[in-house]
Amino acid sequence: MSAFLDIPLPQAAASAPSRSYWHVVWRQLRRDPMALASALVLLLILAAAVFAPWLAPANPYKASMLRRLLPMASEGYLLGTDELGRDMISRLMYGGRISLLMGLVPVLAAFGIGTTIGLLAGYAGGRMNMVIMRVLDVFYAFPSVLLAVAISGALGPGMSNSLIALTLVFLPQVVRVAESVTTQVRQLDYIEAARMSGAGAFSIIRIHVLGNVLGPVFVYATGLLSVSMILASGLSFLGLGVKPPEPEWGLMLNTLRSAIYVNPLVAALPGALIFITSIAFNLLADGVRSAMDIRR
Amino acid sequence: MFTYVLKRLLYAIPIALSVTVVSFVLVYLAPGDPLNAIAPADAPAEVIEALKSAYGLDRPVPVQYGLWLLRAVQGDLGTSIASGRAVTGEVMSAVSNTLLLAGIAAFGGVLVGCVLGAVAGYRHGTWVDRVATILSVVGVSIPHYWLGLVLTIVFSIWLGWFPAMGAGPGGSSEWLWDAGHFKYLVLPALTLSVIPMGIITRTVRALVSDMLEQEFVVALRARGLSGHAVFRHIAKNTAPTVLAVAGLQIGYLMGGSILVETVFAWPGTGFLLNTAIFQRDIPLLQGTILVLCMFFVVLNLVVDILQPLIDPRMGRG
Repeated sequence: MSAFLDIPLPQAAASAPSRSYWHVVWRQLRRDPMALASALVLLLILAAAVFAPWLAPANPYKASMLRRLLPMASEGYLLGTDELGRDMISRLMYGGRISLLMGLVPVLAAFGIGTTIGLLAGYAGGRMNMVIMRVLDVFYAFPSVLLAVAISGALGPGMSNSLIALTLVFLPQVVRVAESVTTQVRQLDYIEAARMSGAGAFSIIRIHVLGNVLGPVFVYATGLLSVSMILASGLSFLGLGVKPPEPEWGLMLNTLRSAIYVNPLVAALPGALIFITSIAFNLLADGVRSAMDIRR
Repeated sequence: MFTYVLKRLLYAIPIALSVTVVSFVLVYLAPGDPLNAIAPADAPAEVIEALKSAYGLDRPVPVQYGLWLLRAVQGDLGTSIASGRAVTGEVMSAVSNTLLLAGIAAFGGVLVGCVLGAVAGYRHGTWVDRVATILSVVGVSIPHYWLGLVLTIVFSIWLGWFPAMGAGPGGSSEWLWDAGHFKYLVLPALTLSVIPMGIITRTVRALVSDMLEQEFVVALRARGLSGHAVFRHIAKNTAPTVLAVAGLQIGYLMGGSILVETVFAWPGTGFLLNTAIFQRDIPLLQGTILVLCMFFVVLNLVVDILQPLIDPRMGRG
C-alpha cells in the first residue's frame, strides 16, 4: 500500500517538463538583443554599486566647502562635486547600493508574501477567498503613488518605513495575479485526481499548483521592478525615504535641486541613473515576458 | 443597463466606506503624539488635556472615526492643526489646482498616445512603429520628477521660455485662464503627460495591430470599404479598452502629481500632503488622502458606467 503511494509519478510529470520549459525560456532570452543589452547595463550598474568601496575614487561623505559644485571633468572629480563639495562619482556608486536595494527589496517581499497569500486564498476558495480579495480591493481604490506617500508619510520618514510602504503597495497586485491563476488551476482534473489519491492541501499546492503560478507572478514582478525603482527614489526625493547624508539617487536629486542654476548637468546626474536603471528593468521585463510566452 | 448601473453604484459604496476607514486609521499607524505639532514638549498636563478634548483626541478611536465620518459627509473635514484653518477649504483649492494639472496632462497624453499608437499599429514594423515603441517605453520608465528637472533646465534656465516654478505671476496660487498663468502650466503638464502618453501608446498600438489581423477587418476590406471606413470600425472596437485605461490614468495622475508638484512648486495636493506629513498635521493629512481617493473611486465608477454606453455588449452581463 505504502509502496503504491510512494510512486513519484506526479512529481516526475510536473518537474520534468518545467525544467525544460525554463531551459527554453533562457534560450529564447539569450537571442533577444534588447533584453541582453539591458541585462548588461544592469550588471554594470550593480557591479559599480557592489564594488563601490574598492572602485570609488573618494569618500562619499567627505565634504569640502572649497570644492562645492565643481563641473564635470574637473581635476580629480570626474563627474564634479555636489552642493557640499562631495565627489559625485563616488556618491553615485555608493548611492546605487541603497537605490537598487530599495527598488529590489519591496518587489521581492511582495513576490514572496503575495504569492503565498494568493496561493492560499485561491486554493481555499469560497468565503475565505472572497474576504481576502475584497480586503485587497480597498487598496486598489488608492492610486499607487498616493498610497506609498500616505503610508510612508504616516509611518514617518526613514528607509525601512518606505520599504514597508512600497511592499504594501505591490502586495495586492501580486496577490491578485497569484490568486487568479490558482483559482483556474485548482479546478483542473489532475488536482482533483491528486486530492482523491490522498495528497494533502500543502503538498498539492507545493507540487502541482506552485509551478503554474510562479511563471505569471514572476513576469508580473519583473514588470514591477522599474516602478519600484522610480517610487523608492521618489519617496526619498520627497524626503520620506533615506535621510541625509546617505547617498541615494532620489535624495541626491532633491538636495541638488538648488544647484540647477549653477551646475545643471551635475544636478541631473542622479536622475539619469534612476532613468537608465528603470528603462533597463522595463526592457528586460519585456524580454522575459515574451520569452515566457512560448508555451502558446 | 439600469441594473448594471445600480450594481456598480452598490459595489462602490463599500469600497468608498473602506477608503474612509483606511484614510482615518492610516494616520494612527504613526508613532508619536499628534499634539507634538502644536503643544510644546514641556506643556503642563492641563493644557495637553484641554487640547486633546478640543481636537476630540480623548475619545476612543472608533468614536473618533464615527464623528469624523459624520462631519466629513457634511463637508467638514476638521481644522488644520498647523494653520488653524478649515481643512475642507484648503483641500478643495489644492484639489482644483491638481485636477487642472492632471486633467490637462491626461488629455494631452491620451491624445498623443492614441495618435502615436494608431499610427504605430497601422505601420507595424516600420520606423514610425519603432519610434513610437521607444517613446512609450521611455514614457513608462522615466522618473517624472527627474524629467521635470530636465525640462526646467532646458526650457527655463537655458532657453528662458517658461517659468521654473509656481502657478502664476508674482507667486499667485489662484488660477486664471490667461496667457500669464498658462505659461506656468506648460512644463508641469508636459512632464506629467509623459506617463499616460507611454501607456496609451502601448495599449493602442497592441490593440490596433491585433485588430488589423482579424477576419472582420479582412472581410470589410474585401467588401471594398475604404481605409477611412475600416478605420472607423477599428476605432469603435478599441474605444472601450482605451477609455478604461485612460480613466485609470487620470486617477493615477492625481496621485502621481505629488512628485511633479514638488518639482515645480505647484500649489496642489502634493504640496498640501508634504506640509501635512512634515508638520504631522493629522486632520489635513486625513482630509487630503480622503478627498483624493474619493475622486479615484468616483472616477472608476464613471468609467464603469460609461463603458457599456460605448460597448453595448458589456451592459448585458
